[in-house]
Amino acid sequence: MAFDLQRAYRLNPAVTLRPEPFGALVYHFGNRRLSFLKTLPLVAVVRLLESQDSAAGALEAAGVPASQHARYAAALAALADSEVIDAR
Amino acid sequence: MHVDEHGPPRPASLVQQFKRGLAAPICLTWELTYACNLQCIHCLSASGRRDPRELSTAEAMSVVDELERMQVFYANIGGGEPTLRPDFWDLVDYSVAHHVGIKFSTNGVRLDKAIAERLAQTDYVDVQISIDGATAEVNDAVRGRGSFAMALRAMDNLAEAGFGEFKISMVVTRQNVAQLDAFKQIADGHGARLRVTRLRPSGRAADSWDDLRPTAEQQRRLYDWLVDRPDVLTGDSFFHLSALGAPLPGLNLCGAGRVVCLIDPVGDVYACPFVLHDEFRAGNVREPGGFTQLWRESPLLLRLREPAAAGACASCGMFDACQGGCMAAKFFTGLPLDGPDPECVLGHGERELAKVCLPDRPQAGPGHSRRSPGRRDPVFVPLGRIPVRAAS
Repeated sequence: MAFDLQRAYRLNPAVTLRPEPFGALVYHFGNRRLSFLKTLPLVAVVRLLESQDSAAGALEAAGVPASQHARYAAALAALADSEVIDAR
Repeated sequence: MHVDEHGPPRPASLVQQFKRGLAAPICLTWELTYACNLQCIHCLSASGRRDPRELSTAEAMSVVDELERMQVFYANIGGGEPTLRPDFWDLVDYSVAHHVGIKFSTNGVRLDKAIAERLAQTDYVDVQISIDGATAEVNDAVRGRGSFAMALRAMDNLAEAGFGEFKISMVVTRQNVAQLDAFKQIADGHGARLRVTRLRPSGRAADSWDDLRPTAEQQRRLYDWLVDRPDVLTGDSFFHLSALGAPLPGLNLCGAGRVVCLIDPVGDVYACPFVLHDEFRAGNVREPGGFTQLWRESPLLLRLREPAAAGACASCGMFDACQGGCMAAKFFTGLPLDGPDPECVLGHGERELAKVCLPDRPQAGPGHSRRSPGRRDPVFVPLGRIPVRAAS
């Protein structure tokens, strides 16, 4: 799955995050799908997307080590596929 | 429920997280009234008569406000027959306006053409129509004379109004399990989605469970049928069948008090929709702190979120698959909660059931049944037993 870490993304405006002890519940008011972000760092990354010029910038701002960027890119790709985040 | 998971690095599984409980329920059932035009013999809440203590419109709206603050994104509304509440449509509109979507379950009594058209134009409302037979004969024996025709009329009205995909929900019984394909055809014919759920021995079903529950052989056929039809919804209610092979889609765990709970018409909060019994009552939404505090601090709910001992199932290789089954099914059949489900597919439940004397089963309480069945209500007459004549 290709995911361009250099592009700018944002949380889909139809999506709300509900904080949970382990991460967050994701609710999409458009397609009414429920999903979960399973770690707190991933929640931090998703929340930072809007304010950063690129997804890579959000990863850095959240303090994700470079060695984990590829794994986060895969998670972000899945989030983009399910319309939780979108390119802006 | 379909749940996507996102997240590296590999954290604890979602099921493990759910066992510790969520910040708010994801599957909240809210029964709005005990009033019902039907008297189904398996009614979980033993509904029939309205309770004078039921939440007022203002109280119900303040519960909605709480749900909005807690970010409970939708509520499963039931009863009784929720549409019998005079303020039902006001409460639906209020909820939707406050970002709490409504999925309501109905027997169809109020779903005429005008209501169907109104619903078709309302976003964020899902409708579920209940039937328990794919023919009037099988359905009406459980739900009462005329109830099949009434439900079908409601389905026709929704389909004609262009509502889109509503749900048709049935409870699997010994008498209707052979009709699964016919249920599916009814759903397909209306552009609806079929939802198949498990019979629990709760409410009035405490008395009818022995006669209605599927046989072991029927459970196996049901499992195969569900595996072949992943588009059929199950409310994740058949996780005890996962010991038969690959797990069924959905959450394979008891969500009681962890991700699930129930608010009853008088505001009492129970750990799940199938345990309306004092032992599983967390409190009442009218108490200071309301539903929010109960969900976060009720000793009962906190206890349910602690790791559960596998008990008598600890030595069983299938425990990971079935998680010991349904707490409510165990409770109301008098089985220990840390033992096998009464319908354990390996037969361990049957052995335990044989040890329980019927009078030892917990009493479900008086419920809200009408004092004597009406002329049109079903009186189930099991074969090989002495029929009980309804007092007139």
